[in-house]
Amino acid sequence: MVSKHTASSGLFEFLLQMGDNCLVLAHRNSQWCGHGPALEEDIAISNISLDLIGQTQLWLELAGEVEGAGRSADDLAYLRDAFDFRNLLLLERPNEDFGLTLMRQFLFDAWHLPMLKGLTQSSNKRIAEIAEKSVKEVTYHLERSTDLIIRLGDGSAESHRRMQSSLDELWSYTGEMLESDDLDPALISECVVPAGDKVAEAWRQHVTAALKLATLIKPESDFVRRGGKNGIHSEHLGFVLAEMQFLQRAYPGAVW
Amino acid sequence: MYAQIVKTDGTGVKSREDMTPEESAFQQRIDADQKIEPKEWMPEGYRKNLIRQISQHAHSELVGQLPESNWITRAPTLERKAILLAKVQDEAGHGLYLYCAAETLGISRDEMFEQLHSGKAKYSSIFNYPTLTWADIGAVGWLVDGAAIMNQVPLQRTSYGPYARAMVRICKEESFHQRQGFDIMMKMASGSDAQKRMAQDAFDRFWYPSLMMFGPSDKDSVHSAQSMAWRIKINTNDELRQKFVDQTVPQAKYLGLTVPDENLIWNEEKGGHDFTEPDWDEFYAVLGGNGPCNKERLQARVTAWNEGEWFRDGLLANAAKKCTAGEVAA
Ligand SMILES: [Fe+2]
Ligand SMILES: [Fe+2]
Ligand SMILES: [Fe+2]
Repeated sequence: MVSKHTASSGLFEFLLQMGDNCLVLAHRNSQWCGHGPALEEDIAISNISLDLIGQTQLWLELAGEVEGAGRSADDLAYLRDAFDFRNLLLLERPNEDFGLTLMRQFLFDAWHLPMLKGLTQSSNKRIAEIAEKSVKEVTYHLERSTDLIIRLGDGSAESHRRMQSSLDELWSYTGEMLESDDLDPALISECVVPAGDKVAEAWRQHVTAALKLATLIKPESDFVRRGGKNGIHSEHLGFVLAEMQFLQRAYPGAVW
Repeated sequence: MYAQIVKTDGTGVKSREDMTPEESAFQQRIDADQKIEPKEWMPEGYRKNLIRQISQHAHSELVGQLPESNWITRAPTLERKAILLAKVQDEAGHGLYLYCAAETLGISRDEMFEQLHSGKAKYSSIFNYPTLTWADIGAVGWLVDGAAIMNQVPLQRTSYGPYARAMVRICKEESFHQRQGFDIMMKMASGSDAQKRMAQDAFDRFWYPSLMMFGPSDKDSVHSAQSMAWRIKINTNDELRQKFVDQTVPQAKYLGLTVPDENLIWNEEKGGHDFTEPDWDEFYAVLGGNGPCNKERLQARVTAWNEGEWFRDGLLANAAKKCTAGEVAA
């Protein structure tokens, strides 16, 4: 694993992780557009999706530049196959119900925000700029998802049950997010990317506190599902891409 | 047109002599172009009519999300995806403003949803047509939002204050919607042969349904007179349809698309186009539930509502807990 890194390929991989996370989660959230449980939620989740698409564009554009092979953000989004995607398995999970969607958002936001905050201090100016812009949006994402999982966890018996089962269902996918041994160590030593344990610690604190307020029980199991960051995905991603990339694949080279 | 057939109660417009003093004073204010506000006296017919019209409009915004959200996950570039998401999100926002405006007349959002879900309330027939290719997303923005603007710009001057103000906010966003649609069409119509084919095909399918958006022909539109006297309808259906055709034909020409009407011709004398009327049998069939997507559209709304019940109840339960906690603390 480690041996494959050169300075720029390590950075490229990291930027793909950031961009692909945003892209795949945006895709999942956008599937709720027009189908949300309340009009206000429909608007909010579409809005979050929209923020994430914007962030995808920034990360993947930079990834393309770093790679230096002339690929645009659209090329990277639309013309890679699943094994070249670097998003977390958590984010490609099908939506199932709005509870699972919210819990996934919460677990991700709680990692995304400290990660971005760390990146605002990056020694790489471009990364710091993108992080700066994203932090504002993601601060709101985390506020909203935290508020909702607390209210639904401590809501009716049925909403409590659904939030607990979503948490149980998703827990094994969170470990992958908190590990950073896949990253090129030079990225951390050169202060391009914040140290993984700091981000993980911030995640743990936020999640533990929120779950307590939500009257939800943190699962015991420490089983970790991993693979997304190395391009070994679940079966779901293939279908996400088949749908997302349909036009670019069916009409190569067309301008839209 | 988002409220294509709003049935009015009673028969025709009351003459001044038949009006009570209250009604007469009310009509005078409308004639003087004054806005009517929620707490003020209004004839029962005016209130009922407005509720129907505004809720139909709100339902149209809501159901109108569906044909477009159908393509969000398949949008061909990240930028197109973002634009489409923003657009469909706007439509949900329009629904929200309009439900709020209707609520000021004494009906709740839940009641309006109930009417939509039971099939009692109508929404615009246009949203019962499918979006089959990406060019349909262009056609919807260009034609459907274009027709919406045509209808909604005059409604900014409608007599009911909250409705007029909702229209002002909505119109600001609609022109962006139409532009993005036209822009998609431009790319398609000047693109590859396959894209050109998609563009013409979309235009062919959406042309007549767009003309239907303005409602039946004036000669068959029995409910207009009272609505116009109350200034909750400003132009007749045929006036708006004519305006729409005259605006759209040159745009189609610019795009290099053919209007699917052999009888379309410029009439110098009237200063407008002569054109074939849409198939009104089809219109009434779609309105009555037998369009290509009526079942799917309504089902999508009902499913979203039913499957969201636990979510809404959960939030209510949480709010109730906080209230009791507050009482205990106090
Ligand atoms: Fe609209
Ligand atoms: Fe709208
Ligand atoms: Fe619109």
